Amino acid sequence: MTKKKMLLLGDEAIAQGAIDAGISGFYGYPGTPSTEIIEYAQHSKEAAERNIHRTWSANEKTAAEGALGMSYAGKRSMATMKHVGLNVAMDPFVNSGVTGANGGNIVTVADDPSMHSSQNEQDSRILGKFAFIPILEPCDQQEAYDMVFYGYELSEKYKTPVMMRITTRLAHSRAGVEVRDKIAQNEGSLPEDKRQFVLLPGIARRRYKNVLEMQKDLKNESEISGWNKYIDGKDKSMGIIACGLGYNYLMENFVDDECPYPVVKVCQYPVPEKMIKKLVEECDKVLVLEEGMPMVEEDLRGLLDRDVKVIGRISGELPRDGELDPNKVRVALGMPSIKGEAIPELVAPRPPKLCAGCGHADMYNALNEAVKDKYGDGHVFSDIGCYTLGALPPFEAINSCVDMGASITMAKGAADAGLFPAIAVIGDSTFTHSGMTGLLDAVLDKSNVILFIGDNSTTGMTGGQKSCAEGRVVQLVKGLGVDPDHIRMINPVKKNHEEFVKIIEEELAFNGVSVIIPQRECMQTLRKKTKAAKK
Amino acid sequence: MKCDIILAGVGGQGILSIATVLGYAAVESGLYLKQAEVHGMSQRGGDVQSHFRISDKPIHSDLVPLGKADIIVSIEPMESLRYLPYLSETGYLVTNTTPFINITNYPKIEDVLAEIKKQPRHIAVDADSIAKELKNPRGMNMVIAGAASVFMDLDFELMKKSIQVIFGRKGEEIVASNIAALEAGREFSLKNK
Repeated sequence: MTKKKMLLLGDEAIAQGAIDAGISGFYGYPGTPSTEIIEYAQHSKEAAERNIHRTWSANEKTAAEGALGMSYAGKRSMATMKHVGLNVAMDPFVNSGVTGANGGNIVTVADDPSMHSSQNEQDSRILGKFAFIPILEPCDQQEAYDMVFYGYELSEKYKTPVMMRITTRLAHSRAGVEVRDKIAQNEGSLPEDKRQFVLLPGIARRRYKNVLEMQKDLKNESEISGWNKYIDGKDKSMGIIACGLGYNYLMENFVDDECPYPVVKVCQYPVPEKMIKKLVEECDKVLVLEEGMPMVEEDLRGLLDRDVKVIGRISGELPRDGELDPNKVRVALGMPSIKGEAIPELVAPRPPKLCAGCGHADMYNALNEAVKDKYGDGHVFSDIGCYTLGALPPFEAINSCVDMGASITMAKGAADAGLFPAIAVIGDSTFTHSGMTGLLDAVLDKSNVILFIGDNSTTGMTGGQKSCAEGRVVQLVKGLGVDPDHIRMINPVKKNHEEFVKIIEEELAFNGVSVIIPQRECMQTLRKKTKAAKK
Repeated sequence: MKCDIILAGVGGQGILSIATVLGYAAVESGLYLKQAEVHGMSQRGGDVQSHFRISDKPIHSDLVPLGKADIIVSIEPMESLRYLPYLSETGYLVTNTTPFINITNYPKIEDVLAEIKKQPRHIAVDADSIAKELKNPRGMNMVIAGAASVFMDLDFELMKKSIQVIFGRKGEEIVASNIAALEAGREFSLKNK
């Protein structure tokens, strides 16, 4: 029988895998490189037919909790997020390691080594390990698809959440994937122990002991599941531990997969200790290839009770930061580096910028005139979204971008310290993600801040996903207690520039919380709508 | 058979439609394919690239190794040069000559074209003009895809078929004009290689 093959991004392979493996609900917040998992499910006919939950959540924390609730009710669920999104979801994530799961629960986290679209390159494997949650790290699109099936089995067998860790290269790379027959969704069922999810200290202590006890079983699974492999090689001068995509970059350097060194391919954690110990016994030194931070390399030094030379990112054979690639691995293997010609000097950098006609540009033009030109640079706290590009020329208008929602709270803290003016700039989707609670703080303290909510009615930077704030920004701001006289609406277009500047000046004169809402649709979503209307 | 390609351009120019056409033809031919794309922040008018790999054997890395690309295919001249470290000693550089200027320090176009001409194996085609002559200015991408097709071991008929599949729902006229663009690009390369 020829199996059906689909051409899928890594993200899409995970979504299709989950649909085929009987998922009942996806929960997530858009974040590059994880966004396409839920987008795919939203466009999938099969997901619609199976009535699978697939709308966006307000943030990663609410997503992880939603997925955990679905697991409590006995069904298979998945939370999706980018690596920094896991920081937002850490509270439910770490505690779900202790509560465990009922229906299969997978938390898919997409890391971004080299920071193609992120503030940092933290490695989610470390957080999975921290929470005692087993981790799957597929090295290609087919494994990503197949591992979803296995992940749900593992989750339901041990009643534990499972982390699926991918990185940008897999998330956004397309390849052929053979798909399997679909599994029916679980019937709902409550946990056998009705106090399983009650983390009162007495119960939590008991559950935590169980979780610690379970680790040896999870380690055993890592030895026998088949995802981790010991591949023998003749040349024992070096052994290689190749994790996730590191395995691909290793094999890329040998013709017909003929790597002369013994290799342990690691795609499931906790690490397969027996395989690694065998490798160390047999080889003079060990090279560790891993995407992200040197987690296995660090662990290895604690795992072994004998001296063996361990090389990798810590020892400097591989760069400490940035994603791996075939050439970096080549150099670590002791093979000569290959490179084409250097980039000619005349090639100029081409950083991203706001789209032509974007309302954020009008916002920054007005803001610069009213604040930067008058009070100098250094007064504007911003946030995560397209408007972060306001840091670059020609605007150079903002002074911070730290985490989702930090614009408001940092402006408030700076105002508390006496900074005037203290301005915050956030988008509508980021506002409902993590900005509302910060605004409440400012309202309760009557802080002297001006908050700009650049309402383009979408989650722009990730490609125009539905914003949870859609159509309700003013209501939310009012509901949080901002004085209606200081909630100012403006259509950010060129002809309104003077009016915009005047509004800012008026609110600068007011000592308290002001919210200015420049509201105009995102150029990209507008273009898509116009295009769709023409068809 | 293996062919490693770096597709280059500026975010929003649509390098992915070239990848889609090539990808369809490759998969129809029963080849393995891996294609790494750029999504997210860098799409907003910044430099973008896609690593496109096809082979009759399984492919490991999603990234083309440095110095191993068989072709750089670029829809913007300066962007074609950004990826020279990937081009192999025997590789081809296929690029559009019409610049996309959205930065203030864009170099003189004559200097950019002079750099391109230094490449021993290059095709520099004014894809924008060819597409305009065909009354299909948006078919510029397909001109470039056609120009690059000469250096790939892919069935050209399958590439035409993929245009039919991909643009089919937009109507026969669009399909025909994109196939014409693809053919014009191929013809240019055959004459100038």
